[in-house]
Amino acid sequence: MNKSELMKTANEIRKGVVTGVYYARSGHPGGSLSAAEIYSYLFFEEMNIDPGNPQKPDRDRFVLSKGHAAPGYYAALALRGFFPVEDIKTLRHVGSYLQGHPDMKNIPGVDMSTGSLGQGISAAVGMAISAKLSGDSYRVYTLLGDGEIQEGQVWEAAMLASHRKLDNLVVIVDNNGLQIDGKIEDVNSPYPIDKKFEAFNFHVINVDGHDLDALKAAFDEAKTVKGQPTAIIAKTMKGKGVSFMEDVASWHGVAPNEEQYKLAMEELEKAGEALCQK
Amino acid sequence: MSEVKKIATRESYGNALVELGREHDNVVVLDADLAGATKTAVFQKVFPDRHIDCGIAEGNMMSVAAGLAASGKVPFASSFAMFAAGRAYEQIRNSIGYPHLNVKIGASHAGISVGEDGATHQCNEDIALMRTIPGMVIINPADYVEAKAAVKAAYDYDGPVYMRFGRLAIPVFNDEDTYKFELGKGIVLREGTDVAILATGLEVYETLRAAEMLAADGIQARVINIHTIKPLDEELVIAAAKECKKIVTVEEHSVIGGLGSAVCDTLCANYPAPVLKIGINDVFGESGPAVELIKKYGLDGEGIYQKVKAYLA
Repeated sequence: MNKSELMKTANEIRKGVVTGVYYARSGHPGGSLSAAEIYSYLFFEEMNIDPGNPQKPDRDRFVLSKGHAAPGYYAALALRGFFPVEDIKTLRHVGSYLQGHPDMKNIPGVDMSTGSLGQGISAAVGMAISAKLSGDSYRVYTLLGDGEIQEGQVWEAAMLASHRKLDNLVVIVDNNGLQIDGKIEDVNSPYPIDKKFEAFNFHVINVDGHDLDALKAAFDEAKTVKGQPTAIIAKTMKGKGVSFMEDVASWHGVAPNEEQYKLAMEELEKAGEALCQK
Repeated sequence: MSEVKKIATRESYGNALVELGREHDNVVVLDADLAGATKTAVFQKVFPDRHIDCGIAEGNMMSVAAGLAASGKVPFASSFAMFAAGRAYEQIRNSIGYPHLNVKIGASHAGISVGEDGATHQCNEDIALMRTIPGMVIINPADYVEAKAAVKAAYDYDGPVYMRFGRLAIPVFNDEDTYKFELGKGIVLREGTDVAILATGLEVYETLRAAEMLAADGIQARVINIHTIKPLDEELVIAAAKECKKIVTVEEHSVIGGLGSAVCDTLCANYPAPVLKIGINDVFGESGPAVELIKKYGLDGEGIYQKVKAYLA
């Protein structure tokens, strides 16, 4: 996909996020909206995946370590063709396969069940080790929240990833700056994030997480790195794309009411039309 | 009973892993800086590339094992019971149990027979913790032969398995040439109807000793080895309750949540009967030589004999 198509796709992912959490009456819009461009680039450009064969052995793996950003993940998978977009409206409903957090047993395209923070990156490390042991060429991508990296397990995983020289592993940190209790630097600052991953012997790339050119450059650069894993620190805005949700911590885990839903969808429709006229 | 050789069940783990490693390329062993103690170092020596020492980070190790299983490997994640079932409980629950991934957990140094290291390292709660995870299989083998067979059976089973091993060298009473391990099936080692004693792990041999002492008093005890605590051999347990006058359980584990609780759960739903639970009575352990601790906590043959005798009186 070209940049314009990827931007339109990111906007469609945002609509899916707002729709999902609205129909669920709960969920996590803020950290899903911040990662829309990352999802768009990974699932529509970067990764070797096949909606017709979700389990194909040589597929690239994706682990959503920040499992609560499931609405964005599901929207991306649905738009990519893994399951009907209409099903997003069943998110979090009793009997729906679209669980509140990713469920690898029941959701086509989901490689790992996640939700308890800090564990997804470890599972991604396990997948990357498996590829190295078997000589498989697939790559492993895992998306973390910037609040999530307060979990000690993230650094246990990071230590092992560089120790085992996992150059087939790309860790992306969605640095939207907010967690449930407020700004990450006020709650328990993980900054400087890049220096921490450097200290853990990662190849570190800082990017604007909403700039698709920058994301492309970062993921391309990661493929050239040998003998160490890559960490892409993506500076983003929580709630990006919906004016009243942008950079507001309280939109971490709250669904819009009907009025807010309509307003959000109107904004995203307009944004989509503007992208089409470009 | 004549003198028998003694070997710790953790030795079975290391040796069985090497045999599995030779037979199957997908066997991968993980450890958390305890390879010498859990005996995975035996595997590491033969298959260094397939041994992943994660360092002192058990939570990470469990989730890494989940990722390996999700990629088609059969990982054996190894540590002490305290740090596997205890410290990494939530990783086992969410990364392994919830997606029902094919991870085998080898937990050594279970129970008070850890000995001198004391209470911080004596895990008497692991069976209770693991029982609460849907789909988790729990095996607590009674001797070297059974433990080795159990590791092979765990490989053959598709899904998460928790295997409990001990540090202490204990009598080998099963015959390696004839022994067959059947997952989920208890083994009647001695017939009797005065009392049924269901034991697990190293308590099986101690219970056989107690049964000999009871027999000398004219009491015929049925001794049942419950090596698989989950899924429990309910048929055998219910039959024992129906056919024997009294029921007793024996385990080197808390009386809360372990074999005794599993037996009670089954009986209260199917054939209500009083049960005497012999185990660690809701207390922490302490330092001391393992054999002395087992005696002090009433878990040796003599202690079991006296408790059963009093229960039947």
